[in-house]
Amino acid sequence: MRSERLFASVLWFVSMGVCALLLWIVVDLAWRGMGDLSLEFLTEAPRDAGRAGGIGSLLVSTAWIVGTAIAVALPIGFFSAVLLAEGATASARFARLVRGSLDILSAVPSIVFGLFGNAFFCITLGLGYSILSGGLTLACMILPILIRTIEESLRAVPDEQRQAASALGLSRTTTLLRVLLPAAAPGVAVGLVLGIGRALSETAALIFTSGYVTRFPGDLLDSGRALSVHIYDLAMNIPGGNGRAYSTALVLVSLLFVMNALVRLAAARFSRRLAA
Amino acid sequence: MSGPPPGYTRPVRDRVLGIVLKSSAALAASLVLLVLAFVLGEAQGALSQHGLAAFFSGADWYPTQGEFGLLPMAAATLATTTGALLLAAPLGIGAGLFNALVAPRPVARFHRALVEVLAGIPSVVFGLWGLVVLVPLIGGGDHSGQGLLAASVVLALMILPTIALTTEAALERVPAELLHGAAALGLGPVARARRVALPAARRGVIAGLVLATGRAIGETMAVLMVAGNVVAWPAGLREPLRTLTGNIALEMGYATAEHRSVLFVAGLVLMLAVALFVVLAGLFGGAPELSSGSPRA
Repeated sequence: MRSERLFASVLWFVSMGVCALLLWIVVDLAWRGMGDLSLEFLTEAPRDAGRAGGIGSLLVSTAWIVGTAIAVALPIGFFSAVLLAEGATASARFARLVRGSLDILSAVPSIVFGLFGNAFFCITLGLGYSILSGGLTLACMILPILIRTIEESLRAVPDEQRQAASALGLSRTTTLLRVLLPAAAPGVAVGLVLGIGRALSETAALIFTSGYVTRFPGDLLDSGRALSVHIYDLAMNIPGGNGRAYSTALVLVSLLFVMNALVRLAAARFSRRLAA
Repeated sequence: MSGPPPGYTRPVRDRVLGIVLKSSAALAASLVLLVLAFVLGEAQGALSQHGLAAFFSGADWYPTQGEFGLLPMAAATLATTTGALLLAAPLGIGAGLFNALVAPRPVARFHRALVEVLAGIPSVVFGLWGLVVLVPLIGGGDHSGQGLLAASVVLALMILPTIALTTEAALERVPAELLHGAAALGLGPVARARRVALPAARRGVIAGLVLATGRAIGETMAVLMVAGNVVAWPAGLREPLRTLTGNIALEMGYATAEHRSVLFVAGLVLMLAVALFVVLAGLFGGAPELSSGSPRA
């Protein structure tokens, strides 16, 4: 049948086209990004508005911003996810309300988070342009994805384990910490890595919260420039900055790829354990 | 689970745990209200002075002279979003169909992994690629190349994974009996895809498209880097324009007083528009939330 074959070939063509596009972007990134890459690039602070020097101080700032976001979002996210997944204590209506508002929160554009973070953390709370402001803004952004992943991993724990814990007379707290948490740990790790990935990729929410300063940060109240903000600034505002922008982008994307590989590994181990 | 037996008192730490869980969830749930409250609070000044309609009736944006017409930028957001959807919808739905119905299993797995990689690339990196590679291609030497087409292409790349992955997921939820029945009636694989699988998965596919539209409206960095950012009505594929999100990113750094307040009005409008799209996607059969599907950067 000719129309059958035509349809299938169109789909093959489209899909291979999508692959080719992605390959184009990745190869372009690697090719142009390799040029300035060196050990000094990874350890030194930028000089001459980023045209020279490296991204060492920005790696530190980025790590602090992401670390702050995770440190704040993980406990809140974990406890919220427990409430949603082990819902016996929560009314169904409350759980629906929490889920609904998280769905909307996860869709709020990142530039709006930037506006909010600037108004709330920088000005109202008086934290100024700082790593803390940026990290707290990102914490709000990654909370929905953390909660969703952790909730799913808790739901995947078989009910027999809860019943066994209950039959042994374990308290809810003990059951949570000794039974559910270990069983769900790989899923929690997946959520964690997804959250870190989201935070690393973020630009728009950070420009007006953690700011532009390229020095090595001294403490959490210092302004610190994230890698993604550096890429934007070099490409848009610094003539001759494209080379360094590409090198920074290569470092950023490599970090994200490593994260992605970790997620896959953890997810595979998780599903193997569930199957066993 | 039934309640505890009469006379049973819960251990203290279980009660503490209950409080911790509830207050965490309440905090998480109220964040969206907090965001809304602060954006609204900052927008209040401009809103009470002019009213929301005033920002969408004038076409002139001279913030230092008190002219705050957001209309051309709203039109630019609409134009780039439409352009991105026109490009990404056929490609994304095609890729989803390919994975779910046509591709041999290892090919489908590989292709899905690639699409997920695409979803994980930060928007600022798409913007950089667009600025350095795509824009000169579009400009062709005699033109800057920044504008509607470049912005639409970069945006399309960013929303394509959302569309492809939701389409694939929706197709996989189509009951096998339907497909077996169609096969028993003698329909070939393509007829099964077009006449049975796609109509059955329609709601999921539409939900994915709606979700992708919301992302395209809210996307900032990639568009900002390739759109040219001149405040102008969309006039042609290679003419520069500035979106609502791009305008906020460009001017927040130095805006004060009323100007700053108007930027928050733009943020408020964006937030409400995107929330509307989430609700719409929910109406089309439960928005299939993707691990990497909500807006970034």
